[in-house]
Amino acid sequence: MTPTYYLMLAAALFTIGAVGVLIRRNAIVVFMCVELMLNAANLTLVTFSRMNGSLDGQIMAFFVMVVAAAEVVIGLAIIMSIFRTRRSASVDDANLLKY
Amino acid sequence: MNTTGFTVPQLDYAALLPMLVLFGAACLGVLVEAFVPRPLRRPVQAGLALLALVVSFGTVVLAAGTQTITAGRAVAVDGPALFLQGSIAVLGIAALLLLADRTSDEQPTEAFPLVLFSLGGMMLFVAANDLLIMFVALEVLSLPLYLLCGLARRRRLLSQEAAVKYFLLGAFASAFFLYGVALLYGYADSVRLADLYRAVGSSGRSDALLLAGLAMLLIGLLFKAGAVPFHMWTPDVYQGAPTPITALMAACTKVAAFGAILRVLQVAFLNTRWDWRPVLIAVAMVTMVVGAVLAVTQTDLKRLLAYSSIANAGFILCGVAGLGPAGTASTLFYLASYGFTTVGAFAVVMLVRDADGEATHLSRWAGLGRRSPLLAAVFTFFLLAFAGIPLTSGFISKFGVFAAALDGGAVALVVVGVIASMVIAFPYLRLIVLMYLSEPVPDGPTVTVPGAFTAASLALGVAATLLLGVVPGPLLDLANRASEFVR
Repeated sequence: MTPTYYLMLAAALFTIGAVGVLIRRNAIVVFMCVELMLNAANLTLVTFSRMNGSLDGQIMAFFVMVVAAAEVVIGLAIIMSIFRTRRSASVDDANLLKY
Repeated sequence: MNTTGFTVPQLDYAALLPMLVLFGAACLGVLVEAFVPRPLRRPVQAGLALLALVVSFGTVVLAAGTQTITAGRAVAVDGPALFLQGSIAVLGIAALLLLADRTSDEQPTEAFPLVLFSLGGMMLFVAANDLLIMFVALEVLSLPLYLLCGLARRRRLLSQEAAVKYFLLGAFASAFFLYGVALLYGYADSVRLADLYRAVGSSGRSDALLLAGLAMLLIGLLFKAGAVPFHMWTPDVYQGAPTPITALMAACTKVAAFGAILRVLQVAFLNTRWDWRPVLIAVAMVTMVVGAVLAVTQTDLKRLLAYSSIANAGFILCGVAGLGPAGTASTLFYLASYGFTTVGAFAVVMLVRDADGEATHLSRWAGLGRRSPLLAAVFTFFLLAFAGIPLTSGFISKFGVFAAALDGGAVALVVVGVIASMVIAFPYLRLIVLMYLSEPVPDGPTVTVPGAFTAASLALGVAATLLLGVVPGPLLDLANRASEFVR
């Protein structure tokens, strides 16, 4: 039960999320990968909270959850609206703005 | 620090009032949206938002000179915070006037409360004394902006594409910011800036946590500031978003982002400056060069202004890298003066229109100086200010940041900066030549007569750009007096 394992797990999750954002094509999946990154940060906060013996980190995790929920609302609204006009949620199809 | 009881934090309401006014008015705006009949909504919303910003600016002025840390040490109201909050309020008024004008592409009235929420978040962002509050403020300022980008009624595809890109990349960057906060919490057992300052060097944990955390924090902040290599979103979002929103982002978001960068670096990480300063200098150099070189190749006016804002982010970073009160003061002055010029420039862009909205392709602007001399003269003045010609605010502010960087010993940075500002003068001058010396295109764009609000915003931009160039003394004094952070 070394807390370090949890830090390593969180780092791995964060990396998976970051790589996912960079290589996935569907906006919803990209967005889920961002959420994975936020949750990796949450896990890090809670683990450090345990290691430091203070509650601050766990309180911060609550704040992050609320912010992430707000972000989901905004994100899905934006992705929905572009899906309605384009009939596609692929980030490759949105290619009018370039150079 | 394991506390057993829960104590109610002391709130210094006078110091928090600028933000409370905006958030209160934004909530009121949501109610207006629900209960006021449709024909009345627009004037009511616009009036409410403008009134809130004016009152908020008034409370900033009343709070001048405050040096306090309040709300459970989470919010620091000091010189830089108040200066930046004042700038955000005034620049917010200028951008809001563009949004409220009848001649602009009509935004849905929901835009007004969203703008107020965003501006309130920016004010909290520059005053945050705690990385968690900074993260929350970052989201409060960003989330409404993502929505505002997608609200255009015309050119809907471009606008929605801009919103998706800004949202996905912005969420990506804020995830980095948050992971940085988590690592720094592990390093210092606190996310308050003053505790981080004390923990540097005295913490038992590995320095890798500190450096990785700081790097990730800076990724999040430099993304918002639009610095290379985190600038990719800027041109797309600036081009796709409705122009009043672009003006808001170019002026106010930049102020907020650099305010937060200054505070984090100077309050929390001053003792690690040997680690981050070289990186910051490198980022500033790359930002100036990439922004300037890519601005030369642009054919769309809004993209050109976006690359110009990237290059300007590099110039502002020179002031940040200058460190100390002089660096802070020059950065504050640059942010305020650049904001006025850029809002004015986008106001001009809004007025030159084709059948299908704004004519942003450069070729359409050929010969504008003959058909509409006044507007072309105003735009020329803004471009000269961007280029940093004397007698405009652009010259004074560039001089300030370069002098601060030189004092800080970053000679190479200043050399690169001067070269970059010569390069970026080229696209501006080419545009001036295009407006005055080219033959007007047949069936060219029409220049709409500005409504009262747009005219007021333009007048504010011209007056500020001219006055800050000719008599910069008062604002420079103010910036110098406001350059001390409270720790």
